[in-house]
Amino acid sequence: MPEISRDEVAHLATLARIDLSDAELDHLAPQLSVILESVASISEVAGPDVPPTSHPMPLTNVFREDVVQPSLTAEQALAMAPQAEEQRFAVPRILGDEQ
Amino acid sequence: MTSETLVPFEDVLAAYDPALGLEVHVELNTATKMFCGCPAVFGGEPNTQVCPTCLGLPGAMPVVNGKAVESAIRIGLALNCDIAEWCRFARKNYFYPDMPKNFQTSQYDEPIAFNGYMDVTLPDEGGDGETFRVEIERAHMEEDTGKSTHVGGSTGRIHGADYSLVDYNRAGIPLIEIVTRPILGAGEKAPAVARAYVSQLRDLIVALGVSEARMDQGNLRADVNLSLSPKGSGTLGTRTETKNVNSFRSVERAVRFEMQRHAAILDAGQAIFQETRHWHEDTGITTAGRPKSDADDYRYFPEPDLVPVAPSREWVEELRGTLPENPVLRRARLQESWGYTDLEMRDVVAAGVMGEIEQTVAAGASPQAARKWWLSELSRRANDAGVEITDLGVTPAQVAAVQALVDAGTVNDKLARQVFDGLLAGEGTPEEIVEKRGLAVVSDEGALSAAVDKAIAENPDVADKIRDGKVAAAGALIGAVMKEMRGQADAGRVRELVLEKLT
Repeated sequence: MPEISRDEVAHLATLARIDLSDAELDHLAPQLSVILESVASISEVAGPDVPPTSHPMPLTNVFREDVVQPSLTAEQALAMAPQAEEQRFAVPRILGDEQ
Repeated sequence: MTSETLVPFEDVLAAYDPALGLEVHVELNTATKMFCGCPAVFGGEPNTQVCPTCLGLPGAMPVVNGKAVESAIRIGLALNCDIAEWCRFARKNYFYPDMPKNFQTSQYDEPIAFNGYMDVTLPDEGGDGETFRVEIERAHMEEDTGKSTHVGGSTGRIHGADYSLVDYNRAGIPLIEIVTRPILGAGEKAPAVARAYVSQLRDLIVALGVSEARMDQGNLRADVNLSLSPKGSGTLGTRTETKNVNSFRSVERAVRFEMQRHAAILDAGQAIFQETRHWHEDTGITTAGRPKSDADDYRYFPEPDLVPVAPSREWVEELRGTLPENPVLRRARLQESWGYTDLEMRDVVAAGVMGEIEQTVAAGASPQAARKWWLSELSRRANDAGVEITDLGVTPAQVAAVQALVDAGTVNDKLARQVFDGLLAGEGTPEEIVEKRGLAVVSDEGALSAAVDKAIAENPDVADKIRDGKVAAAGALIGAVMKEMRGQADAGRVRELVLEKLT
């Protein structure tokens, strides 16, 4: 039976950069457990003869030719940005978290 | 910058065994990005090589670049890997502004290539180069991130705090990440093994022609994993990962530094903290980065927007047939056939003109002549112009044509340099340049003879010395004649004439 602990929810919230209060964690953790249980019931339907799949269509090797297509202009690209500067997206700096 | 306590290298080796691991990211030189048709070239104006897919806009759908898959397979084959019969992309989830989708499309437990090796030759110290086998765990496909520029807080406009400016031109450029298994048993040679591995991997990538592979431009980036374990224990210690080490020399220095730093911490009875480290080129040290996330934290899952990649065995074998000769073997073969000394060959390799010389020799020039032009004349010109020698604009066929003019006695070496001036100025073929610039040596015996007579008459002291048997003095007269002929004479013929007239 899948279960998700309050600590795991808190950890996921940190990874997802969602600020959750203690009250919200108390409220959400049991709910997420119920959702996981519901999704897990699919596993009961799928027998050992049904392989897990990540894609509904039985296709492989869908490739694109290595040919340049028109890009957006910088103006178009930045039109949706809340903040832009020097033709770049301006974003809050996230310290100590570079990949 | 904190100062670190370091243990002398010899003392590290006395007490610990190092375990190395190297992760190298290779930026492919495809025309387009990994999952969209935006150009993958370097240096465009900010955010001009972006589209809904590489900006991560809702609803945009990625499509895999077939050429990038081909390059990945060729790299895998060149590293003696197995090629997956079926593999998928995966989402690596993390939140950072350089990745606009909030995940990087990568591969997780199904890499396209795995189980390979590379035999690395260590620089010899007197004897033959020692070979060390580096096992390759995997090579997988992924995409590069955007480029952030951090702006200081004093001028920041976002709530008065520090902020970053992001250019997504690089986001989505195809990357191949090549990961070694832990390299054990290298001992004192660990720094040299790390350097030799990255250096030979670069040679291989260049030979495959799949990347510009310039470390200084970030086409090839090395992360160095290192841990120490008590000598003879056979265990693996806690590792640190030093990111983005950007030269061969730095790879060697970073391994050495981390070995000495780890030993100091362990000697003090403390534990190594698993973290990334930043390499500082100027000071040659590493500093703490962030704690290393567990793979779980990336919440990898199969990419639902892309179908699996299942390279047919026929395609894999076809690609195997396109692999270039192993660079190490090729270098040895060429050195032998050209008769270069080790030192000459090393200079040729360091200058990056081995392929140019090979083509020049194939076009008819002697190996020594080809080396002379590429190594002295053209390397210097490329250096002066600040360009790669291959971008200078002189082809191996042209170099061979210039040397043919020298061999035929049409020009001498000095005039040949002016032919190169003409080639760089786009004045036509070497023959046309000789014609247009009037560079051919004067073979008119009458004119030469007259010039020699004049030189003798103007330098009676020198002439007397030669008459007395001091043949070495002829150089002064030859110089005078060459000056009179404005360099357009065959110095060998002038010498003959001088000696004929005076002895």
